[in-house]
Amino acid sequence: MKGIGIILAGGGSDKRLGKLTESRATSAMPIGGCYRCIDFTLSNMTHSGINKVAVITQYNSRSLHDHLSSSKWWDLGRKQGGLFVFSPYLSDDNSYWFRGTADSIYQNITYLERSNEPYVVIASGNSIHKIDYNQLIQYHVDKDAEITIAYVPAPKDEDLRQYGVMDMDENDRVLDFEEKPLEPQSKFISLGLYVISRKLLIDLLKSISAEGRYDLAQDIFMRYRKRLRIYGYRHEGYWRTLNSTKAYYDTNMDFLHSDIRNLFSRKYPFTQTKPKDEPPAKYNFGANVKNSLAGSGTILNGNVEHSVLFRKVFVGENSNITNAIIMDGCRIGNNCVVDNAILDKEVVLNDGVQIIGSSDNPVIVTKKTIL
Amino acid sequence: MRKKEMIAMLLAGGQGSRLGVLTATKAKPALSFGGKYRIIDFAMSNCINSGVDTLGVLTQYLPLQLNQHIGIGIPWDMDRRNGGVTILAPHLKSDHGEFYSGTANAIFQNVSYIDAFNPEYVLILGGDHIYKMDYSEMLHFHKKNKADVTVAVQEVPLDEASRMGIMNADESSKIYEFEEKPKNPKSNLASMGIYIFNWELLKSALEADSLVHPDSDFGKHIIPTLLGQGKRLFAHRFNQYWKDVGTIESYWLANMDLIQTVPEFNLYEDFWKIYTDSDHQPPLYSGANSQITTSLVSEGCEVYGTVKNSVIGPEVVIGEGAVITDSIIMDACVIGKNTVIERCIIDSACKIGDDVTMGVGDNIKNELKPHIYDSGITVLGESTVVPNGVKIGKNCVLYGETAPADYPNNELASGQSIVHGLEEE
Repeated sequence: MKGIGIILAGGGSDKRLGKLTESRATSAMPIGGCYRCIDFTLSNMTHSGINKVAVITQYNSRSLHDHLSSSKWWDLGRKQGGLFVFSPYLSDDNSYWFRGTADSIYQNITYLERSNEPYVVIASGNSIHKIDYNQLIQYHVDKDAEITIAYVPAPKDEDLRQYGVMDMDENDRVLDFEEKPLEPQSKFISLGLYVISRKLLIDLLKSISAEGRYDLAQDIFMRYRKRLRIYGYRHEGYWRTLNSTKAYYDTNMDFLHSDIRNLFSRKYPFTQTKPKDEPPAKYNFGANVKNSLAGSGTILNGNVEHSVLFRKVFVGENSNITNAIIMDGCRIGNNCVVDNAILDKEVVLNDGVQIIGSSDNPVIVTKKTIL
Repeated sequence: MRKKEMIAMLLAGGQGSRLGVLTATKAKPALSFGGKYRIIDFAMSNCINSGVDTLGVLTQYLPLQLNQHIGIGIPWDMDRRNGGVTILAPHLKSDHGEFYSGTANAIFQNVSYIDAFNPEYVLILGGDHIYKMDYSEMLHFHKKNKADVTVAVQEVPLDEASRMGIMNADESSKIYEFEEKPKNPKSNLASMGIYIFNWELLKSALEADSLVHPDSDFGKHIIPTLLGQGKRLFAHRFNQYWKDVGTIESYWLANMDLIQTVPEFNLYEDFWKIYTDSDHQPPLYSGANSQITTSLVSEGCEVYGTVKNSVIGPEVVIGEGAVITDSIIMDACVIGKNTVIERCIIDSACKIGDDVTMGVGDNIKNELKPHIYDSGITVLGESTVVPNGVKIGKNCVLYGETAPADYPNNELASGQSIVHGLEEE
């Protein structure tokens, strides 16, 4: 079943992750001690045999471009297919930023026109999941669907107002689709993961663009839900999307559970990321680390509990790190206390500094801060 | 093809027989070191960090793992259109075929590979040592002295000098004499087996020597011959960390060098990275009851027990209640619950059961190979399986899938071996 992929990695401008996305797109957020968010979708693509993938970026894309600068880590350095990265550009007849998800694809419609694979898988770069997209395409074919949208039942107490929500009949045919509704009528969350035939997508993009409409969810799924055969594909299993600081914190802490780690890191196919070639983590005399992750190149002298430490973190003597996320290259001196906090990359805490947040509201220390 | 000023030839065919069962399934340069690395990574990383991007790797003994590890050289940025890394295995020629019979003979058999790059200089390396060295400095030294050959040397204690190849040099570092394992060494400059040759000179010397010595060797033949011809040979002193890991004990000691708080050999510097094939590298997890001190632990490990003074490779699982002390555990091993391991070297993908005790007992030399296993270290070869509840002494050797029946009274006394499925035993 041949498909091409599109990863929408433009998110972040909506500031839902607050200070964390000041310096990067949501898709470039560091996750689980060594990954960036987009690794999960990218790895799904290659593991599903989709070896032609376009990543569409817009907001604050430097770190994302840096991460994607070599496509070989995801096996996408290919003559046939490979990785395409699209950013907004100026031309004589076009001086717009992408005006919506559909517009961002429409402005790169040549990518679709020059392909000959029958299907397109459109995925978000902000979600963490492991799905065989081939099964999704197969389902799409079996259902004789025109559009297939993956969904999960909403977790209890989840605020549905920040999701696309959808409702299906008993055959999973989509009856209703609402994007970030104020009063959600349904209990199913769209994953932002769609299958559509390439030709139909080209036609739809052209016609909605002519009407001055630019959004996949509103202008295609909602507007065409009666005219097109749209089906839901129920995903059973882990899924997270980075739509709040809390979701970011919780997603990282999920990796302290062995079933989540196993899903992505130990169960083939593994989620791939760009290697950084750091040496093994070093536990010196006095290190006391419990229920935590430590990335490579990390040097530990103090106490760490229930925390995720990324690569090249240094923890000094007698420091106590609890319930924290510490990103690459942070340097924590001696006798520091860090509790319920997110330290962005390359933060330096001098000896004795205390950073204490609460479990509802972790403190965020922005990139390269020196305290 | 564009001309290269200097290309490197890395001799990686050695068995490393004094490493016993560790090199029973792979060549010594492919042996793990420092957790995530393999020994050959150091020489290869030195090359790329020194600006040498063209490298021939000469393999011979059990090359499969080496070939898989090197691949097309991606981890070292040696996947190049012009140059890059090439594996050079012995091969058949139109009228004959032969293995590499000596270090110089191996280069001689690959003259056409080198000629294709038309280099001024050829750097000859071994794949057996742990060190960080800037070969471009050595080349600079070579050019400055208008040398024909430059030999990298290290000052060693005089009592060790009688076990090594010694270069006697004058105050300008010009070598006037070479002595192999001298009884009464005149100097302490030991050859590191790293040479820079002017290619034209080396090529003619290899051709001439091939007619005389079928097992042509750099130390035994080429260097003495060139000295005898009055060529300009210079000794380039290298005084930083340089360790041979040729024996079980030296291999163990060099690994343990890395766990010091401020190690003499520092892997944590940014400007001279050591690269290796590790594209799948999840972080390591320390469990709620784990305790890890003074140790190196690699990516993807899951540690639920206690680890002290040890070096642990990637993807190792250490069970609840297990206690690992003074040991080296290579990648993908699984250590059972409440298992005690002291002063052992455990090669890749071993499965150790629960409640095993290993490396405890009297220090009796190994009965079969006392010259190899005499330092109190028990060694497990690749993919060895150890059943639950057994007790294993010191200087033991295990290889293959061992079963409870192999352990009389659930015990393997110090100095005993269980080896399944290795021809040499």
